[in-house]
Amino acid sequence: MDDEFLLKIEDLHLERNGQKILRGVNMTIAPGQVYGLLGRNGSGKSTLAYTLMGCAEYTPDRGRILFAGQDITTMSITERARLGLTLAWQNPAHFEGLKVKDYLTLGMKEPSPARVEEALAAVALSPQVYLERTVNDALSGGERKRIELAAVYAMRPRLAILDEPDSGIDVLSLDDIARLIRRMAAEGTTVLLITHRDEMVPVADVAALMCEGEIVRVGEPQTVREHYARRCLPCEVAGPVEAPGGGYERL
Amino acid sequence: MSDFEAILKAYERSGGDPNFLRSPKVASLVISGNRVLGANQVPGVRIEPEEIEHGVRVKVIVEPGAQLDIPAHLCFGVIPAEGVQEILPEFEIGDGARAEFIAHCTFPNAVNVRHLMEARIHVGKNATMKYAETHYHGEAGGVEVVPKAQVKVDEGGYYSSEFALTTGRVGKLDFDYVVDVAAHGVAELVAKAYGYGNDAITVKETIRLNGEHARGLAKSRIAVRDEATSEVIGATEGNAPFARGHVDCIEVVRDRAVANAVPIVKVRDDRAYVTHEAAIGTVNKKELETLMSRGLDEETAVDVIIRGMLAA
Repeated sequence: MDDEFLLKIEDLHLERNGQKILRGVNMTIAPGQVYGLLGRNGSGKSTLAYTLMGCAEYTPDRGRILFAGQDITTMSITERARLGLTLAWQNPAHFEGLKVKDYLTLGMKEPSPARVEEALAAVALSPQVYLERTVNDALSGGERKRIELAAVYAMRPRLAILDEPDSGIDVLSLDDIARLIRRMAAEGTTVLLITHRDEMVPVADVAALMCEGEIVRVGEPQTVREHYARRCLPCEVAGPVEAPGGGYERL
Repeated sequence: MSDFEAILKAYERSGGDPNFLRSPKVASLVISGNRVLGANQVPGVRIEPEEIEHGVRVKVIVEPGAQLDIPAHLCFGVIPAEGVQEILPEFEIGDGARAEFIAHCTFPNAVNVRHLMEARIHVGKNATMKYAETHYHGEAGGVEVVPKAQVKVDEGGYYSSEFALTTGRVGKLDFDYVVDVAAHGVAELVAKAYGYGNDAITVKETIRLNGEHARGLAKSRIAVRDEATSEVIGATEGNAPFARGHVDCIEVVRDRAVANAVPIVKVRDDRAYVTHEAAIGTVNKKELETLMSRGLDEETAVDVIIRGMLAA
């Protein structure tokens, strides 16, 4: 295995319903990194997450996905998950009749009640209140979102893709999310943090900006954040501008 | 092993706790084939079984005003691989009484077993009867079960029934319950089954709301996989002023299985209100992919989703 990266995406293209959504995405994430992927709604971030996870109808038209030294481009979701890759869904599914404690246990290699409680506490949910609750639509959007993050944390995956973990959660809770991400990293999980909120970016070690299905900038989180906050206008109102080092980038 | 111990073991396999069947404080009845192996009465409850050629006829009488603090436990089973069992129960719940029954029907070795039940149930005025029945039919699919009940709920009475056949094969199920509800009475019927292989499930739930302000719910949760088939007929009639009824059917279908739902609502009084909802579909794709992203294979993920739906 190449120790330089845990995940490497090479020239990834995906077209859905006649629309090109990913247009040659390249990305390299090193083991242990928190990699922040920033971009406006509709830039292709969630599509990239589903493609990495191997969801149905998200098979790339071109390119490769390498994970932990293996080409996983054509692997099933289950195979990818068993290699240690998982996804915290932006809009998590609800499950009738499935208790929170069982949902959190499902993905654990070594199921442990203590780890389940620890995971709930890590997302600021009381185990006493939530363990016996059902993962159904009686949960609020914010509660469901936290349970999703707890389930991913409990798994101890090698790579956790967190798709907009901050959406649907109040501003005061952003610190909780940031703490959880750092805690995951400290326990050895590499994190791909997908967000459109620039205030989340400082938690990352490296950040990238996605625009119209391409990674247009990669660098220090603060630099990428400033670029996004000050210069990245909706594509339909912004014209091309000259990029540092020549050429043009879409903003 | 004695017959009693054998049926208790099977009872445990179907999810029951045998300690209830041994306790003198709990009303209970144990029937294996056509033999009555145990019948325990408690104050306020009379149990009068009578063995017949292929089964047992039994009267269960809860005296008016009696309040059962501990549910009565009933165990019906056939241990051999082949046999016929006919259960003919008659429940009389006296006015103002309250009783809960937990029944387990177990056929763990069945290759060719028929279990027929024809119940007559009378829930008196302002009385309450709750009946939960769990079946276990083994893995061979060699059971034919025909549970039928005629239920009469008097004014202000409450009757609920929950039938579950969600572990092991179904075999062939032909479920048919009819409930007549008087004024201010309530009836709730719930049937749950999970069929696979070539199992065949038919569930017919009929609630007739005959008195003013009577209320009823006919609910079913059915899942079928492989070549299994299911048909659910949920019928509710609003026959009196201010009667309220609802039919709620969800069926999940996978593989080459076939599911059919027929909700029937009938209203004979313009002040009655009866609604229905029926949904048949496959397992939700997003739920499936979420569980797979935790490392579950597709088969296991489908099973988790279906069992959750059946547990809800």
